[in-house]
Amino acid sequence: MIHHTLSVLAEAPYETTGLQHGYTGQTLYVNVGEGRIAAKPVSANMRETFIGGRGFDLWLLWHGVRDSTQWDDPENEIVIASGPCGGTTQYPGSGKSIAAAISPLTGVPIDSNAGGHFGPYLKFAGWDAIEVQGIAQQEVIILINAPAGKIQILAAPDDCPTNTHLLGHWLNEQLAETEKDRELMAFVSAGHGSEHTLMGCLNFSLYDRKRKDLRYKQAGRGGIGTVLRHKHVRALVVRTHPFGGDANRPADLKRIARTGAEMNREVTRWDPAQNRMRSRGTSYLVQIMDDYDLLPVKNFQCGSHPETPKINGEIWEKRYTQNMPDGCWFGCTLACAHAVDNYKLQTGPYAGSCVIVDGPEYETIAGVGSNCGIFEPAAILEINFYCDTYGIDTISFGTGMAFVMECYEAGVLTKEMTGGLDLAFGNAESALAVLHQMAEGEGFGKIFGQGIRRMKTIFAETCGVDRQFLDDIGMEAKGLEYSEYVTKESLAQQGGYGLANKGPQHDEAWLIFMDQVNNQLPTFEDKAEALHYFPMWRTWFGLCGFCKLPWNDVVDPKNATTDEPAKIPYHVANYVEIYNGVTGAEATADDLIRMSERVYNFQRIFNIRMGHGLRDHDAIPYRSMGPVTEAEYASRRERYDQQLIDWLRLDPATMTVKEKLAQHRAYRTEQYEKLIDAVYARRGWTSQGVPTLQTVRDLGIDYPEVLEVIRKHL
Amino acid sequence: MITVNQRDYVAWHTGMTVTELLTLMTYTYPHVIVSIDSVLVPYGTYNQTPIPDKSDVRVIHLMAGG
Repeated sequence: MIHHTLSVLAEAPYETTGLQHGYTGQTLYVNVGEGRIAAKPVSANMRETFIGGRGFDLWLLWHGVRDSTQWDDPENEIVIASGPCGGTTQYPGSGKSIAAAISPLTGVPIDSNAGGHFGPYLKFAGWDAIEVQGIAQQEVIILINAPAGKIQILAAPDDCPTNTHLLGHWLNEQLAETEKDRELMAFVSAGHGSEHTLMGCLNFSLYDRKRKDLRYKQAGRGGIGTVLRHKHVRALVVRTHPFGGDANRPADLKRIARTGAEMNREVTRWDPAQNRMRSRGTSYLVQIMDDYDLLPVKNFQCGSHPETPKINGEIWEKRYTQNMPDGCWFGCTLACAHAVDNYKLQTGPYAGSCVIVDGPEYETIAGVGSNCGIFEPAAILEINFYCDTYGIDTISFGTGMAFVMECYEAGVLTKEMTGGLDLAFGNAESALAVLHQMAEGEGFGKIFGQGIRRMKTIFAETCGVDRQFLDDIGMEAKGLEYSEYVTKESLAQQGGYGLANKGPQHDEAWLIFMDQVNNQLPTFEDKAEALHYFPMWRTWFGLCGFCKLPWNDVVDPKNATTDEPAKIPYHVANYVEIYNGVTGAEATADDLIRMSERVYNFQRIFNIRMGHGLRDHDAIPYRSMGPVTEAEYASRRERYDQQLIDWLRLDPATMTVKEKLAQHRAYRTEQYEKLIDAVYARRGWTSQGVPTLQTVRDLGIDYPEVLEVIRKHL
Repeated sequence: MITVNQRDYVAWHTGMTVTELLTLMTYTYPHVIVSIDSVLVPYGTYNQTPIPDKSDVRVIHLMAGG
């Protein structure tokens, strides 16, 4: 490899301000189009109202864009922040980064979180957030170099790779002279797939000291990788100083250490008897979801498949390299970020190379596996690796491919349209061929990369097919592809997906067990309350730099005696302790929810500002509510027939399948509309989904520009 | 006959244990809280705890999701 002296296009010196109680007090602004670099102070209002992480992202993005900004306009920004607790090493899951931008898929702000070292290192290097704006005239690398005390926009030379696994090694060679340098450097990148599709993901690096190699976690959702590559940014790189366990300069380290030690004992004691995250990661969910008929199979048509044991957690536990330090941030004892080492690629430009595959995690296994009718671990690994290095979101790829495969089997798509590819369910070879085309921007892959919403229009216009069928089976809402859970029998989770600000991603709410299995949410008011509390609670993780998993993926049985076991109250108390221990505040559990309400409502209003945040935009495809096709009905006939009797007092014996489908559709659609009414009322929104004046005043977000947006719709 | 989660009716037999019920219902998720007629069944005793006929059994799954 040639060692370059990289050309400096712009440079600004800086001094690392004193990180104090989880904040540096400043954010970094980089305009790659103008070569402008600036520091912005974090105001008291910004800190108190928006807290950090996703809150800071949205606040900065709001001020960076116009009402009419499209994803590919220069003023669109990528903003990345961790949060005040990000970088804590005493409590598991405290190193998340949250990225945001105007999404190429949805046209509204997308937020997406990832592990890896970038967010905490950015803060240790002196910045609470980074904001990247403009479009560079040439390929660039942004380097935040704390040891050298400068920010640089560097020209990326011709031999600088784009695909992440090669780029990472190149950056290590060029910018890190010693092993220690590598440990103290982290970067964010995408890949060629991000250049030619709208579903580009960001890869967040971490240097794995035991493997002495780079690994990556993905902020996958909504196409932020696409925005990065459109800006001609090859990588955002941060180098930080050596640091210890007090790097976040918490107000009360002992308080944090005490709470963390207790939680770490709990993880060690209970994880082996529960989800086994430490050996299987989220892949444990595959068989569980299948057992409860919730695993998406063949484009969400049904929820289980006889071949699931071929791709369940037991299989992955054998494939993952065990006894390695698999936390995605230091000190995480849950350590679920597993990987398969020395996987020999079978296809594509790197065929024959042995690589580390990060994951696969549950969403990838279900998305590119069962949902596409693919039950081959090797194929899932191959797709996982290439999606990551090309910078493509595995969820959008999986859900999109499942849609295409159903279209192909239904005769909507022909080989003429697919360029000769047989895209029947289960055809992993063809799925990989499309993936490689996406990286090159060629063939059917170019169409596929536009995402389901645009594919529906393309197929309807070019194939003359029934648009209703495409709308029914195309699993997207707001333009974002669904993540990987079957929701037909959980009205609350239909709302969890449909009402999510960013689009149907489960990190706002996952209520299927409470609703469908436990029957704890029998009324609309019960569901609405859950669709208030849980999205707010989970939003809070994204404000502070936390991972959701330690909250409820390992639980001491003592939780059973608490008032509200679903909330895991004693873990909530842990988070109150950590937050207060870091920031020096004395917040209560209710205060944490209040913090989220402010940011959540602000994001809703941001959506409205961008023209996509009203009731119509909370619509969901019928496949997520009920059976679309006669075959789908037949696969669960007993259940659906019984529901006609129980819900509608009908006699299925006297009805045709077509009549049954129509009755189900009318009933289920009406239920969803009633749910929306109940949730809007609980959240303090109008019947069109607009936060009321009273709501924004109560939350203290009644800024003139916010009022200007909502007044147009009241 | 017993009821599960106030919705499902399950045939009862003499000596039926909590573990048997969980297996019958395919409740494989490890994070569950079980009560019989509002009395909590201690964790780790499911295999030895019989369910009386006509019981109101609640099996509360804690939330999951990736």
